[in-house]
Amino acid sequence: MQARALTTEEYFVETEPYYEATGDEIAIFEAAYQNKLPILLKGPTGCGKTRFMEYMAWRLKRPLITVSCHDDLTASDLVGRFLIKGGETVWVDGPLARAVRAGAICYLDEIVEARKDAIVVIHPLADDRRVLPMEKLGTLLQANDDFCLAISYNPGYQSVLKDLKQSTRQRFVALEFDYPSADLERKIVAKESGVGTALAEKLVKFAHMTRNLKGSGLDEGASTRLLVHAGKLIASGVEPIAACRSAIAQAITDDAEMLAAVRELSTSLF
Amino acid sequence: MADNHPLSAEQIRQALEQWLEVEFTFILVDDLAASIAALPRENQDFLLGWVRRIATTNIQIAHQFALRAISQLAHMDRRMIEAWALHAMDTYDRAGSSPAFKVINELDNFAQLSHEHAAGALFEEVGGILLTFVRGLSGRHLKLEKGEATYTDSETLFLPAVVAQMREAADNFKLCKAMVALLWAQTRFGTFRINLTEALKPYPDSDKALKQFHALETLRLEACIGRELPGLYREMQRLKTETGVSLPAGWEHYAADLARPEASVADSLSLLERVYPGAAPDAVCYQGELRLDAVAASIATRVEREKMLLRVKLAQELEKQTIETRPDAPSFDVKQIAADDRSDLPRMEITLDDAPIAPPDGVNQLLTSIFLDLGEIPPEYLVPAGPGEYDSSLLDEKTQDPDTVWQGTYHEEGASLYPEWDFGRQHYRKNWCVLREKDVKPLNDGFLQQTLDKHSGLVKHLRRTFEAMRDENRLLKREPSGDEVDIDALIEALADARDGSEMSDRLFMRMHRSERNIAVMFMVDMSGSTKGWINDAERESLILLCETLELLGDRYAIYGFSGITRKRCEIFRVKSFDEPYGEMVQRRIAGISPQEYTRMGVAIRHLSAILNEVDARTKLLITLSDGKPDDYHDGYRGQYGIEDTRMALIEAKRSGIHPFCITIDTEGRDYLPHMYGAVNYTVIADVKELPLKVTDIYRRLTR
Repeated sequence: MQARALTTEEYFVETEPYYEATGDEIAIFEAAYQNKLPILLKGPTGCGKTRFMEYMAWRLKRPLITVSCHDDLTASDLVGRFLIKGGETVWVDGPLARAVRAGAICYLDEIVEARKDAIVVIHPLADDRRVLPMEKLGTLLQANDDFCLAISYNPGYQSVLKDLKQSTRQRFVALEFDYPSADLERKIVAKESGVGTALAEKLVKFAHMTRNLKGSGLDEGASTRLLVHAGKLIASGVEPIAACRSAIAQAITDDAEMLAAVRELSTSLF
Repeated sequence: MADNHPLSAEQIRQALEQWLEVEFTFILVDDLAASIAALPRENQDFLLGWVRRIATTNIQIAHQFALRAISQLAHMDRRMIEAWALHAMDTYDRAGSSPAFKVINELDNFAQLSHEHAAGALFEEVGGILLTFVRGLSGRHLKLEKGEATYTDSETLFLPAVVAQMREAADNFKLCKAMVALLWAQTRFGTFRINLTEALKPYPDSDKALKQFHALETLRLEACIGRELPGLYREMQRLKTETGVSLPAGWEHYAADLARPEASVADSLSLLERVYPGAAPDAVCYQGELRLDAVAASIATRVEREKMLLRVKLAQELEKQTIETRPDAPSFDVKQIAADDRSDLPRMEITLDDAPIAPPDGVNQLLTSIFLDLGEIPPEYLVPAGPGEYDSSLLDEKTQDPDTVWQGTYHEEGASLYPEWDFGRQHYRKNWCVLREKDVKPLNDGFLQQTLDKHSGLVKHLRRTFEAMRDENRLLKREPSGDEVDIDALIEALADARDGSEMSDRLFMRMHRSERNIAVMFMVDMSGSTKGWINDAERESLILLCETLELLGDRYAIYGFSGITRKRCEIFRVKSFDEPYGEMVQRRIAGISPQEYTRMGVAIRHLSAILNEVDARTKLLITLSDGKPDDYHDGYRGQYGIEDTRMALIEAKRSGIHPFCITIDTEGRDYLPHMYGAVNYTVIADVKELPLKVTDIYRRLTR
């Protein structure tokens, strides 16, 4: 594909993304969207939250604006700010304001990472008012009927500082994501990476081994995404053990002893 | 100056006489010195170094070690001799001198050596990796420990201290891995699901029957491993070929039979009838032992405990689920969703009145463990426990009252065990200190008000200084990027541009939000020597500290420490990190009273562990103390205690904690730099100054 520049609200997902439903999440999302309810996606990293959003954007034929939240993300980064152009101040909309105007789906990834002021700014948008206060302009932006707000959150980080407040979470329809069942995960890995079913099954088994280690030295086990990466490497001719080491083991830990143990697991399996 | 000339017999004799205290022990060292003198210098230094280190623990063991080690230098690499020496000292610590002599004298039990100069796999080196390895495999959450042989009680896997059957270190590691995997397979594929003691009873020669059964079962488990972990299976086959063990004639047939995916332990038992008349085959190198008594004991307590635990968890779940009392009895059920692959454990789903519920914490692990023992979840396990129906000691050891445990004979039950650094040995003494946490008894005697009145001027002063320290949000102007336009900067810049000079790009304002991300642990000396003035000053300091720390919003905890002997170390909880500062904490501070001795190392290790659980950028461990580390009657006083404390502080520093010591011991300058480092301590000459100084020092430290 050629590189091309798009404004954020022009980003439509044009081809159907590969997505395997694990439950009734598609129907719930659609119903929430029809009723203008905001959506909260919960789940560990790499289990398909972002892919699900792309799939829903494609299905609903709305542009998708994704904001990856980080700990310096302020309300202005979402709403907009004045910039200077040729000696004059010019207002520039932030991604959230653009989405509200254009009736796009705005997906705030890892919302808990953002600063508190950025989190509260979505409150009026997330209830039945559906407005975005633009404090610096002194205006309220009424959302387009097609606008949809979705946020994601990983409850796995057990830190008090990284918890989502009740006042925020109780505005959302929540969808819980987890790693797919072994059969489904095998299908996904095989389809996404192009390795055979037998290898995909071993990769899934390997992932389950690392997930068994959650709490015994690992913060989180290997995600479906990592399995796909490893599968792609194997499909390109890399040895399975080497692929597991580079694509999975090194990605989930830096601890030398843990790496050695994970390596022993992979050599046992292949 | 290192020089490489071998030491003379005379030099060695003198050294040995000193270390082995020949004057009192009358050990004859002349022959020993002569044989050591014949060794190259490198080996002499190695050997004598260990003799000296062991002698600080026990002179007789050191002597025996020296006698045996000379000849072993040819057979073992040094790592193994070191491990042997340490294992002997650990055994001495744990069980006394005669088992330790056994370790030294019965070297064959320690390492099965089949090669000259073997490079063995030491448990200390491989244990960590193998534990993680076995936890990654599915099934029960197993433990891995050092034991005298390779066996399992179905909950803990035991490996010997050294595995040295193969020549190369890498192969010995592979062998350990194979051993661990086979033991895991015994728990995972149902070896103990049948009462084997009963099943083997009909055979007159029970040893032979057990051996044969073990061999058959190993064949079955190898096949299981082959299906589950083919890479490991290949390794195991290679090890088997290299050690040259082959099946007796006719056994291939049994092996094929047991390799069927549906073969179970019952098949191994029924084959035993046919095999029994013949001879028992040689054990495979990774086979280990079957210890049925250990398994039976472990299963007996576990089955009971897990049944109760599951029923209690279900009762708790029920309480959460139903608000109104229901007339009909609730019915829990477990559905097994079998995986399509036979070797996988079935996934289990708990249902309440046919509707699936989210399993409460730990229940999945519990169900797996029960399933591994019984092969099913029996219906009586799914009856929620009624009130008062269970014995709480089955569920949780920690609920016991610390004081009552002391009265029992078994002091170590439910306590935390910590190692201690023995500087003579240059190594840790394992599980040496037995530590318990207790609460300080709160005292309501108006101490808070008295202190605040007494120091009212100081409190005001401290409040002012600490308020000034609060790092508040500030608006930063003239920034290259930010949320708002800095109009002043913009006007200036535009003027500059008109003027023809260069225009600044710093035109924005940004809100700077600072968070003081500090967690601080106060470790307060509660030894008997603090009685009187010092104790008062400590308590007053703590009150003032709390008052000011509340202003700053730093997270802090206060614990006291004391104890008598290594078997009775105590940590007194005054305020934990989560507890808010309030009346209860104030009363506990008032209730801090002098206790016994100061065994500092273990207190530092315990409190560092608590501090490390807190997520903060800066972690401080501040000790308030009145003297050197000291304990009753076991040599902790003096250099031993100082070195142990120093080591505990080094460990704390390695984990990212900044230790600091505030002492009123005017001789503190003699030993504190060695323990805490040159700048990490303060000596306060006048006890009365303590309240002011402590807060002031805290302010300086965290600025």
